[in-house]
Amino acid sequence: MATTVDVNGRALQVNAAPDTPLLWVLRDELGLTGTKYGCGIAQCGACTVLIDGQAMRSCQMPVSAVGAAKVTTIEGLGGTHPLQEAWVKLDVPQCGYCQSGQIMSAVALLAQNAKPDDAAITAAMDGNICRCGAYQRIRAAIKVAASTPVTAAAKV
Amino acid sequence: MNKPLDTLSAPTRRTLLVGATVVGGALLVGCSIPDALSAGSKFKPGAFGPFLKLAADGTVTVVSKHIEFGQGSHAGLAAIVAEELDADWTKVVVEQAPANAKLYGTPMMFGMQGTGGSSAINSSWTLLRTAGAAARTMLVEAAAKTWGVPAAEITVSNGIVSHASGKQSGFGPLVAEAARITPPEAPKLKDPKTFTLVGSDRVRRKDSLVKSNGTARYTQDVVLPDMLVAMVAHAPRFGATVKSFDDSAAKKVPGVVAVHKIPTGVAVVAQSTWAAKQGRDALKVTWDETKAEKRSSSQILATYKDMATGKTPAPEKNGWAAFDAKGDGAKATAGTNALEIAYDFPFLAHATMEPMNCVAMVGKGPTRLVFGSQFPTLDQINTAKIATALPGSVEIETLFAGGSFGRRANFASDYVSECVHIAKKVGGGRPVKLVWTREDDMRAGYFRPMVHHTVRVTTDAEGYPATWRHRIVSQSIMKGSPAGTPKLDDSAIEGTKGSPYLKATPVVDAQLLIADTGVPVLWWRSVGATHTAYVMEHTIDQLAKRAGKDAVAYRRALYQKAGATRHLAVLDLAAEKAGWTSPAPAGWTRGVAVHESFGSVVAQVAEVKMENGQPKVGRVVTAIDCGTAISPDQIAAQMEGGTCYGLSAAMYGVITLTEGVVDQGNFDTYRVLRNSEAPTVETYILPSANPPTGVGEPGTPVIGPAVANAILALTGKPTLSQPFVKV
Repeated sequence: MATTVDVNGRALQVNAAPDTPLLWVLRDELGLTGTKYGCGIAQCGACTVLIDGQAMRSCQMPVSAVGAAKVTTIEGLGGTHPLQEAWVKLDVPQCGYCQSGQIMSAVALLAQNAKPDDAAITAAMDGNICRCGAYQRIRAAIKVAASTPVTAAAKV
Repeated sequence: MNKPLDTLSAPTRRTLLVGATVVGGALLVGCSIPDALSAGSKFKPGAFGPFLKLAADGTVTVVSKHIEFGQGSHAGLAAIVAEELDADWTKVVVEQAPANAKLYGTPMMFGMQGTGGSSAINSSWTLLRTAGAAARTMLVEAAAKTWGVPAAEITVSNGIVSHASGKQSGFGPLVAEAARITPPEAPKLKDPKTFTLVGSDRVRRKDSLVKSNGTARYTQDVVLPDMLVAMVAHAPRFGATVKSFDDSAAKKVPGVVAVHKIPTGVAVVAQSTWAAKQGRDALKVTWDETKAEKRSSSQILATYKDMATGKTPAPEKNGWAAFDAKGDGAKATAGTNALEIAYDFPFLAHATMEPMNCVAMVGKGPTRLVFGSQFPTLDQINTAKIATALPGSVEIETLFAGGSFGRRANFASDYVSECVHIAKKVGGGRPVKLVWTREDDMRAGYFRPMVHHTVRVTTDAEGYPATWRHRIVSQSIMKGSPAGTPKLDDSAIEGTKGSPYLKATPVVDAQLLIADTGVPVLWWRSVGATHTAYVMEHTIDQLAKRAGKDAVAYRRALYQKAGATRHLAVLDLAAEKAGWTSPAPAGWTRGVAVHESFGSVVAQVAEVKMENGQPKVGRVVTAIDCGTAISPDQIAAQMEGGTCYGLSAAMYGVITLTEGVVDQGNFDTYRVLRNSEAPTVETYILPSANPPTGVGEPGTPVIGPAVANAILALTGKPTLSQPFVKV
């Protein structure tokens, strides 16, 4: 059954069964493998994408529930988002597997709170597990990005 | 893999040779082990050797014999080559080596290719310096020939080859000529005092960009033409096998292609991950549990405790083995006013962010694997057994792995073998991607062993240890190694064995008992130190407290007595930077711990407070002696990450079994450290001219005892089991 999903600004036709989690549609059908599988039960945040600007766990969202909402994945940030640049500047990633999800949660945070304090950062980022323990660099990079003049950050 | 090097080299030359020849079916007796293990490989290195490629466009490609799974080795290895080559760091890229034991084996790992024991940098230090220096010599000679000037008059700096006449060139235009020159066998290496890149803040990760834009390629992301995805129904208890199964419902799931019985369960092969999962979940499997482990973890621990006290006799086949005996051992059980304590450590899952997975192609052309291979030679040997091939002919393309912490390397290549079995059933060389769910991963075993320690220490008039009796009961990680289970498995005692505190104690009686269970166990980031560091360091603080002495001063005295100068140096550095002698910030209590592992010594001072009945860790000051520092930034990153990994285990980590069934399955039941709980780690590196030593693991085991010692200072009570927070 074909449905249309708006992903990174493009209307894409997908054939997956309606109950298929958005995560597997993105990865297996649309080839957007930047979004990761980590737990499948919305506990780790590796699959985080933006749904109309809100950070959501794509592993727990059936593709049928997306409707007309706009889906943004890590690929949709374009690679030069201030958060991505801060991530590179501070060498945040270690194994890197969780970082797409971390960055998407941070994008949602900065969209709502341009200058988050420590408590706001950890509150927004606590749903994203990093087993390498890059947490303190994640916090630092969010602060670096928040101090970057707002350009692309506001767009997503 | 996180094995200490000496135990990894345990397999005898003969056992490995037999292992290699049996699977290959060819008689390879008489050649060296790396030759035997690489027989069948078609790979040939280029003109600049196996570790370096120079391109006409000036790109310098460093070939890494080690996987990158977070530890930052790729950057460090590249920097070593670039330093001796005087390359332009911005033109250096890193490529993953193919599987080839002859070219990429590590002598310390008996010639096998693998990553573990925090040894990537250490084992590559001279090798890669030589590779870089040789290529530099070749470039200089090529320039001399091209320009008609003496080679001695040519200099190289930051990727530019120059002569006083004004002639200069990048590497690119000289590569073709340089490639024709025979590489020097013993090129002159730099005086480390002249290093410009190694040890500088310019040595940064080469993979941060691809890991921040979603393009880094992990096993999970592999897409190949015609590829199928497989999931496996595993037995709920270790040691059970398939008795019968009903796949009628599974086969009705759209997208399911086939169902295969394999040694570890029943595999569903499908056209997509979701179809494979739905198909797998629809299987009805009956298990033969005749040989299954049916005990609960609490029963196993009770057995360990009874063995330690002598209430239950040691298993006949194993028995107690002494690993440190000094003075009159009888004195260690005598004497009054002894500190007598026991510690318990649970099974732990590695819980990497990327659950185990593998892609295999079998049945047409060479057997090929594409995945995050931590120990390619072992994976080749195990694959060869199933696919009937020469180990060296098994091709492995190693990708980034989403963590490992030891999990991706084991003697059975468990998940790799499973994938190869399925790919063999599918046949025709068709790619099969085996995907484990989080639950599959967490319940598959290969845990950090459950361990029990008992310690009895008597003290002298000044409060320092006079006698030390130590008993450890643990499963052996080395069971299943090519050399069999050693009676004295170093990985179970390292850290207690060799402790400066035991060196400073006149009478020592320390013994290990290897217990056995049906639960597969494995090295887990920092291996034996995960428990020995805790026991030694927390015991020392209890002794210092009894002696009425300051924890730092007490350690200092013992290090002086033991001649542990490196311990002393990092302790002093951490204490100074933490402001040990001045009061902690209001509301916080400090704890200290020091431990040597993988050739490096780490000291930490942690600031801790109790919040809602559980410890909260704030500032952690870390001092490390890891020999020559290649990348100060990545050393700091490993201290930050290792601290979180160790703290996560100490605070929350526990795998339990109820009647043989693993109770935990996902992050809702296996709690791990989250951002708001992660401390802020400051790292100070002790200047050193010694060769580089480990960094990936030594940052892990120190935080647990540092926090326990702060709790002891705060509450007066020791913490004798992990995790600190009971669910």
